[in-house]
Amino acid sequence: MTNKKAIIYIRLKEGVLDPQGLTIQRAILNMGYDMVSSVRSGKFFELEISGADGQAEKKVDEICRKLLANPVIEKFNVEYEK
Amino acid sequence: MKVGVVTFPGSNCDFDAYQAIKLMGERVEFLWHQSADLLGSDLVILPGGFSYGDYLRSGAIARFSPIMKSVIKFAQSGGLVLGICNGFQILVESGLLPGALMRNDHLRFSCKFIYLRAEQINNPYTCGCTAGDVLKIPIAHKDGNYYNFQADIEELKKHNQILFRYCDAGGNITQESNPNGSLYNIAGICNREGNVAGMMPHPERAVEQILGSADGLKIFHSVKKHFSERVKLESA
Repeated sequence: MTNKKAIIYIRLKEGVLDPQGLTIQRAILNMGYDMVSSVRSGKFFELEISGADGQAEKKVDEICRKLLANPVIEKFNVEYEK
Repeated sequence: MKVGVVTFPGSNCDFDAYQAIKLMGERVEFLWHQSADLLGSDLVILPGGFSYGDYLRSGAIARFSPIMKSVIKFAQSGGLVLGICNGFQILVESGLLPGALMRNDHLRFSCKFIYLRAEQINNPYTCGCTAGDVLKIPIAHKDGNYYNFQADIEELKKHNQILFRYCDAGGNITQESNPNGSLYNIAGICNREGNVAGMMPHPERAVEQILGSADGLKIFHSVKKHFSERVKLESA
């Protein structure tokens, strides 16, 4: 049994329109930062977890697929911290 | 016909849906989200609102409530399930309908009357319409931008799953009449079997002239017609 932190990033799949990202990009350009050519928005989660190595990761993967990400439009990746 | 209207924490169109069914003189009951009992409903309505505060994604949390286990089972065995607005979002999140409902392309909450064209009428939810019928019904949402992959849109067309498309008052499908950026002006779809349907506009808010339109009744009357014909068939 080990305790660790799962750090989860949810991103829109390529090709999926991101109106929020576009609006943020427009604001950035209006601020005068004209070197920004694209903004994509996403979500971020931290889960404190415990469990046997391998098993816990498999469950985090399930949580991402079933709840945290919508697989129709989003993809996710997970990083772990001790 | 007996109708069950699900109340989730944050539902706010459950009473409107209840009232719409009452107006038709049909039996209707509320179904509590913590219960798994559909109380013998012939049609289950997932109403509009902001279930679970729209946290994570609209409809993403409601999908895992106890009542949804029963609704999914009911739908898979051919039961009639209609999701309106947040209810539509719950149906796509639960996988009962294909695609996703994303943030409106203009990022604003949009609350106004729009026009819908009935695309196909061989369905429990539109059988009381005539082909190409234009309905005036309000929308009230921020996440109603229907998205799916191009190949899946083609599948929807092929299997007559597109029930309603946004149009102008004359029934023309135009970019200007699309209130949220939905692909192919899609306002409502059904599953391949036709028993599960979802739509962003609110028919239950358009059931009396005093509300600005009574066109929403056509959808509820369709279900009633479908149901009474089915009962006739079964007893014949």
